[in-house]
Amino acid sequence: MPEPILDISGLTTVYRIAGKDVAVVQDLDLAIAPGETVALVGESGSGKSVTSLSILRLLPRIGRVAKGSVGFRSKSGVVRDLARLDADALRQVRGNDVGMIFQEPMTSLNPVYTVGEQIAEPIRIHLGKSHKDAAAAAVQLLADVGIPDPARRAKQYPHELSGGMRQRATIAMALACDPALLIADEPTTALDVTIQAQILDLLQQLQAQRGMGILFVTHNLGVVAEIADRVAVMYAGRVVETGRVADVFAHPRHPYTIGLMRSVPRLGEATLLKQAGTPLPTIPGTVPSLARLPQGCSFAPRCSHAIEACRAAVPPLLDTGNDQASRCIRWQEL
Amino acid sequence: MDAPLLSVRALTKHFKPSAFSRGPVVRALEDVSFDVPRGSVVGLVGESGSGKTTIGRSILRLVEPTSGEVRFNGTDLTKLSAAALRRQRRFMQYIFQDPFASLSPRMTIGQILTEGLEIQGGLSREERRDRAHRALAAVELPADAFNRYAHEFSGGQRQRIGIARALALEPQLIVADEPVSALDVSIQAQIVNLLRDLQQRLGLTMLFISHDLAVVEYICDTVIVLYLGRIMEIAPSAELYARPRHPYTRALLSAIPSPVPGSKRQRQLLTGDIPSPANPPSGCVFRTRCPYAIDACATAVPPLEAVGPGHLKACIRDDLHP
Repeated sequence: MPEPILDISGLTTVYRIAGKDVAVVQDLDLAIAPGETVALVGESGSGKSVTSLSILRLLPRIGRVAKGSVGFRSKSGVVRDLARLDADALRQVRGNDVGMIFQEPMTSLNPVYTVGEQIAEPIRIHLGKSHKDAAAAAVQLLADVGIPDPARRAKQYPHELSGGMRQRATIAMALACDPALLIADEPTTALDVTIQAQILDLLQQLQAQRGMGILFVTHNLGVVAEIADRVAVMYAGRVVETGRVADVFAHPRHPYTIGLMRSVPRLGEATLLKQAGTPLPTIPGTVPSLARLPQGCSFAPRCSHAIEACRAAVPPLLDTGNDQASRCIRWQEL
Repeated sequence: MDAPLLSVRALTKHFKPSAFSRGPVVRALEDVSFDVPRGSVVGLVGESGSGKTTIGRSILRLVEPTSGEVRFNGTDLTKLSAAALRRQRRFMQYIFQDPFASLSPRMTIGQILTEGLEIQGGLSREERRDRAHRALAAVELPADAFNRYAHEFSGGQRQRIGIARALALEPQLIVADEPVSALDVSIQAQIVNLLRDLQQRLGLTMLFISHDLAVVEYICDTVIVLYLGRIMEIAPSAELYARPRHPYTRALLSAIPSPVPGSKRQRQLLTGDIPSPANPPSGCVFRTRCPYAIDACATAVPPLEAVGPGHLKACIRDDLHP
């Protein structure tokens, strides 16, 4: 594997809730190589978004990175720990070496500036270009993300664009300084499915052209299968399974991954289940509160394979071969 | 065969700008007709702006239709006075998408479940309590939920409460508007199973609104595909997924990412955006994004024509998909 651009090790992020530190991400390891797409998948409260926010320390005021390191290799080849960088140095990384896009494009677009001005801003600040050059670069970026008539669109305000166009504009903004890493936090969740397909295609095209690494946060397993090379499945703040997408989908080694994949009906299969009178497979119970995690394996209370040993200690991520790992002590018996 | 429980005919809804603004008229629904047979589940699918929620709301007259008929048990609801409509509404219940916004935080679950019965009248306090408890049991919630508040429950449990509220009135028709879209996937399957089980056990008739085509496939007998306020295709569920006939249905199905890595789906990537319902294209509303559009598509609105038993499509290109 080539040198990773992102190498997270032992990351623990805590939120201060009611006077106590609650770990929302625990002991997370994750690496991304140039040109590689890694998906973080999980349900609400799994810690997938907090992980992505921890990288650039964009956490809310109650949150902080308590442990671990976030090794990042910048465009110039220097490796630094983003978890320990001071505020000024970190500002040089954000929007420059690392671009970020979010679920709701209107949260990243300022309604009182034109789209072109907003895309040009990081180009002026980080790359030191003149107003004129930055404005021209912004129009080119809008063209690169597939916006028709980019010169006219650059002069428009965010509210004049459709949802899909806005998301294209935030992608243009995130890529303005040619980052080595793009963090995409549920970038297609708010979009209609035909527009989602366009944006996924666009991200794959841009990655092929530019070779950036992508961290893709999503709850949608279909999107993971489509866009990612590797996947980390999160549950209650921990990675419970990780591996290459093809391997994890073909041979999931954790009961949660198995349950999650079964509970998403595939097109065409639902008819067969219905005709057979079979209910959809489910995962019983609900996600535990992070403030009151059960003893041992967090998934044990919902797991049909759980035994006494599961409740004794948090299982380590066990190597299951083939670059795959599972946080289940019974993975061989599944 | 029984007359359908619900018959919608030429339903049209135009949202006019308020007297104080000069915005355009938004054509949310144009000439929508379909039937919902007793004991069946009919799915309404489509993307944003397709009009699926406006149909659900127009049926209960939560928004006033501009024109058209909504026949429920033979009565045209659009012609009823407010009092007569209220008497009919007890037979129709709505399940909302957001289980956090649709339950009052100030009322106990018991109050939420009995409120509708109290308004409808005719039942004693004891009978109302009894109905509420039966509804709680039907959605598999513990009896002690009766005295608790909504905030004490998780998203999935709240949606169960929303379903119980609808069931307590023993309605004939349930309009479920994206009932699982706000839930996590592992919880979605639980609620979908519950709805299907209740529907079959109680013989409910349901209009199921969703953008999730896999969920619709599992729960619906018939599926109606909408685009920009018009019906593109209607078919029995199994038929629609096996043999979609309208180019939009095919594109929609192919756009769904498949949870099978490497299965590079034969995607028909639709270019462009959904046009604004304030300014829909002439003729076929889908023609601006349709890879098969010809000149004739722009001149007239294609009629819904039968292509098989219970299978209708609104597309003049008969040469596309055998």
